[in-house]
Amino acid sequence: MPLETYINVIIGGVLTGLVYGLMALGLSIIFGVVRIVNFAHGEMMTIAMYVAVVAFSQFHLDPLLMMVPIAAALFALGYVMQAGLINPFINRPEHSQFILLVAVALIMVNLLLIIFGPDAQSVQTSYSLDSYEIAGVIIDATKAYTGAAAVVLSAALFAFFQMSRTGQSIRACADNYTGALVVGLNVKHLYALTFGIGAACVGAAGSMLVLLIDVTPALGPGYTLLAFIIVITGGLGSMPGALLGGVLIGVTEAMAGLLFTPSAKSMFSFALLVIVLLFRPQGILGKATR
Amino acid sequence: MSKIRINRRHFVAGTSAAVVSASSISRALAQMPPLKLGVLLPTSGAQAGIGQDCQRVVDIGLGVLKDLGYPAITVINGDTETNVEVARSRAEKLINDGAQILIGAFDSGQSTAIAQVAEQKGIPYVINIAAAPPITEQGYKFVFRNFPTAPMILGDAFANQLEIFKAVGMSPKTAVMLHVNDTFGTAMQGGIGAVMPKFDMPYKIVETIAYDPTARDLSVEISKAKAANAEVLLVVSRLNDAILLTREMVKQRWTPQAVLSMGPGWYEDQYLKTLGKLSDGPLGFVPWYDPNKKVSKELVSLMGKKFPEVTMNTNHVYTFEAMMTAADAYKRAGSSDPKALADAIRTTNITNNVATGPGIQFNAKGQNDKLKNSAIQNRDGKVVVVAPASAADAKPEYPMKDYTKR
Repeated sequence: MPLETYINVIIGGVLTGLVYGLMALGLSIIFGVVRIVNFAHGEMMTIAMYVAVVAFSQFHLDPLLMMVPIAAALFALGYVMQAGLINPFINRPEHSQFILLVAVALIMVNLLLIIFGPDAQSVQTSYSLDSYEIAGVIIDATKAYTGAAAVVLSAALFAFFQMSRTGQSIRACADNYTGALVVGLNVKHLYALTFGIGAACVGAAGSMLVLLIDVTPALGPGYTLLAFIIVITGGLGSMPGALLGGVLIGVTEAMAGLLFTPSAKSMFSFALLVIVLLFRPQGILGKATR
Repeated sequence: MSKIRINRRHFVAGTSAAVVSASSISRALAQMPPLKLGVLLPTSGAQAGIGQDCQRVVDIGLGVLKDLGYPAITVINGDTETNVEVARSRAEKLINDGAQILIGAFDSGQSTAIAQVAEQKGIPYVINIAAAPPITEQGYKFVFRNFPTAPMILGDAFANQLEIFKAVGMSPKTAVMLHVNDTFGTAMQGGIGAVMPKFDMPYKIVETIAYDPTARDLSVEISKAKAANAEVLLVVSRLNDAILLTREMVKQRWTPQAVLSMGPGWYEDQYLKTLGKLSDGPLGFVPWYDPNKKVSKELVSLMGKKFPEVTMNTNHVYTFEAMMTAADAYKRAGSSDPKALADAIRTTNITNNVATGPGIQFNAKGQNDKLKNSAIQNRDGKVVVVAPASAADAKPEYPMKDYTKR
């Protein structure tokens, strides 16, 4: 097989993995701070994808331009969900939280089914079928744009958590819940803000992903599972870990498809997950808990 | 030789008998309670588009059957959700709800599950679309299939390909095969190995690539297929993956001499509509309809009126024929007793049907083994028949136009 084919596939895997990473970043942020596992993560991304489809089909708005407004809309949804629905469950047993979010996910899937029907819908922009050829290597233009956007957004998010006072307050909540209460931080507001930021990540990832794949209401659960695989591989609660996990899963699936058989791609993602769990249970960049 | 003389008395007596007989048959039909027909289709899930396409002809087919003199039918719909286990439970539910004959379910895996339920409960089941051979190899007494098996589809496909290569004076030497790894795709892939050697094909398959039917990104698959450096692409796919594969070929700047499809997807309306000019070129080797048959014309006309955006295709043809088989059996059995209905289906002989071939008949295994396929090609957003020559309405275009020059 020509060398260009390997390079093509690796680049494609990295670029797709970056978008996956941004999606998983949202899950990791929410878990890292609120200690709630968002089982409606993939479904929230599907909502973002449908918003992008409607914006494109009705108003011809490019999903890459719509990324910020969609992220803002998902931020609002996430904030309201945390403040109105999830906060009362914070101190309840984990199985109650699990059932709550699974119920939310089911409602989302069925609402999308009622509104949009079961058919796959896509966004075809003027550059959807474009590609760049560099020294025999063909790079999918859409994947290149979305991969770059995912890197920019992730960097902005890192900067927010490291440099802004709100970001530092959120990190304080994550590090020491009681301490945050003692120093007078409004923890419930910060939790809602965190869930909103996690949802915004998934909103941005959804508006990028709609350029790469067709959307159906049934898409959500598969991507929730994928986000779990990524954050557990990268390290639950670790932001760089989520991005690294996304890229690793993207490249693993791509190379498995090329070297073995494409129908077994998912098997290799799970195999990677099992290996990480066996040898580094906290994930590649996760912190060990004692 | 004795001569039969028809005088005025004979004529009046004969005509009266015919009128009485016809009116008594129509009275008898009118008195028959409607047949409860359980229709199982994947109207949601990954195959939702195709299931809903099949459902279109269920909705309009009842009127056509009535016009043809068949008894009334009450349809009970069941959504299999593109899931084998759901298909099984829906079949049980429809039987519990009073379904007297089941039809469906487009997919081999789902149809296999329904066949097991139908046989266990003793309710006749007419498969509309499913090509995996084992379904009618189990010795079932209540399961019938009016759709070609994978080897039948392949046999006709290879014969039609040879005819096309001869007509255009050009033959590929190598092919790469891409197929979904579901029941249908795997059966077709296995069938190619068994059937291809019986035909003196000019090409050999240099690589076979299986992929997941629910895959959302097929870039690796196309990279691998392109790297095989084959002249033609042989595919067994579904609708969504056919669209994804085409987009990837465009992005990766690969136009094979031909796309030879032995499954659904590449000729369907959504494929044509979604891809526009990029949809032109693929050759499909599929069970199709005979445009010269009377019922075909009627159905095409009705489909055109009710669904102007939709072209009549395999989904409609074979779903309608499954309904027709059920109605015909009920008419001849004169009863909704499951065994009487199954016996009637076994002796079906419908010649005024829709599909290519001599008509609807079943062998001892419950399989219609007389069906014939056609070769079709997408041209200017429409589907034309290019082989066999006896049923063609256009000449094949080969090789296909480069994707980057459209």
